[in-house]
Amino acid sequence: MSLQELANRLQEDFATGLIKAVEWRGELAVTVMRDRLHEIAQFLHDDPAMDFDYIVHVSSVDWPDDEERFEVVYEFYSIRKRHRIRLKTRVSESDCIVDSLTDLWKGADFMEREVYDMMGIRFRNHPDLRRILLPDDYTEGYPLRKDFPLRGKGWRDTFEFLDETAR
Amino acid sequence: MAFEDQRTTVYKLDPAHPGSETLPTLRSEELLLNMGPQHPATHGVLKVILELEGERLVKSTPVLGYLHRGVEKLAEDGTYHQFIPHTDRLDYVCAMYNNFAYCRAVEKLMNITLPDRAEYLRTIVAEVQRIIGHQFWLGTQALDIGAMGVFFYCFRDREILMDWFDELCGARLTTSWYRIGGVERDFTPSLLDKLKQFLDYFPPKIDEYVVFLEKNRIWVGRTKGVAIISAEDAVSFGLSGPTLRGSGVDYDLRKAEPYSAYPKCEFSVPLGKNGDTYDRYWIRVQELYESVKIIRQCLEQMQDGPIMADVPSVTLPPKQRVFTNLESMIQQFKLFSQGFDAPPGEIYCGTEAHKGELGFYIVSTGGGKPYRLKIRAPSFIHMGAFDHMSRGYMIADAVTIFGTYDIVMGECDR
Repeated sequence: MSLQELANRLQEDFATGLIKAVEWRGELAVTVMRDRLHEIAQFLHDDPAMDFDYIVHVSSVDWPDDEERFEVVYEFYSIRKRHRIRLKTRVSESDCIVDSLTDLWKGADFMEREVYDMMGIRFRNHPDLRRILLPDDYTEGYPLRKDFPLRGKGWRDTFEFLDETAR
Repeated sequence: MAFEDQRTTVYKLDPAHPGSETLPTLRSEELLLNMGPQHPATHGVLKVILELEGERLVKSTPVLGYLHRGVEKLAEDGTYHQFIPHTDRLDYVCAMYNNFAYCRAVEKLMNITLPDRAEYLRTIVAEVQRIIGHQFWLGTQALDIGAMGVFFYCFRDREILMDWFDELCGARLTTSWYRIGGVERDFTPSLLDKLKQFLDYFPPKIDEYVVFLEKNRIWVGRTKGVAIISAEDAVSFGLSGPTLRGSGVDYDLRKAEPYSAYPKCEFSVPLGKNGDTYDRYWIRVQELYESVKIIRQCLEQMQDGPIMADVPSVTLPPKQRVFTNLESMIQQFKLFSQGFDAPPGEIYCGTEAHKGELGFYIVSTGGGKPYRLKIRAPSFIHMGAFDHMSRGYMIADAVTIFGTYDIVMGECDR
């Protein structure tokens, strides 16, 4: 199925849930409403013409100036049909929660945990939503947010350094 | 970390049995065992909390992140060219393929096509890197489960290629030989000779490794039927590379979305049947033969020509010109300090590294730095299936299961 056909098919079935579909560099990126993300993902997974059986990655982007600040990005591939699609949804900072897709793709478990760890987006119905790369007791925030400084939040400067130079 | 669901089973003697009041109660409970963070078989710093019933694994919880260096955050602060050396440190065993995957992603973003010779050079070096990666895997995986001999033979031959890398780019592990739009330098006649010699020398050595392992009854017993994963589960977990193909799923990006010089070469993608560790081993060994085939074909087909795409606003000028020509020097300086202006947009580009699909998702808002760069690391995603694949196996098999993914923590934790 060509990318255009894919986009049209989604447009037909989910006219109200789709915000926009962009094709760039031979890739199709579809932005959907957050409330219908799971439903559309289920359609992509189950429909025989879509057949997106493979989850490629889950990612997130921070747009601090926008009202809906965070963007959650899912990328799917179909091993049998050999086409891919990127599914995106926006969430605001005050209500930073998305439906988990772990029930459709088992691999989403670790990938969503990483998004939670790095960007602080929570996933509803996720079986084990804990930090994954950072320690459980890490309280500095979410490092991939744009307001997190590159050099950390200053705690490094509080270390006491031993003066080991010759006296 | 607390596990609240620790079940405690109490086995009691039948109360009707005579004298049961005087006997002590036999109690059995699950045992929690921390494997790692410092364990020689975890290939880096990885901790797994194993819940055991006797010697059987009931549940395992990987604890990742000991090697987390915030590479994705660092990427947002540097230009596209400056990120290439960071990719070396992801999967430090196979730096070339990481460079390759990253450069391809940026080229897709910038819409650059490469000259033919550059594509052939890239494919040859990538396949040499695949051989190194598989040799490393073969040696260490067998070593982890007790077959020490093959390790020495693999590393003996790997050393030849490491020296070859040294001559090619001046480094053995952190290579940074790939450039956006091409490669850093061309092969010298000596490099070509050495590579051709190696191609004649190598295939009989693969047979040697195979004899070492397949005649070893203990090794066969510890890999056959261990860490089985069905094709449906493997796909659902997002496994890739030999780990996925071991379950018989025909998914190789070199064939599915051909790139570089792969479409011009003839090679086959070996597939497993049972989805166990032995099948994945067999695939990797077959891929060694295929890699040799690909390199031979590339060497035959390769013609003289430029090794860098001619897009002066993006690609670096040749080193010779930088030292002799003022404009080229300014161009080089500007490209490294300010970067090139990438168009706003987002791309995902996956590359079939020897571990699996190594992908880069780049979001650009214009300007010289990526706005967001996400690395799809196969090792990380494979660890997601660890709990599923280890359940019911013996504690000693945990080591086989790490090994079967070809896990490198630098890439897993990024």
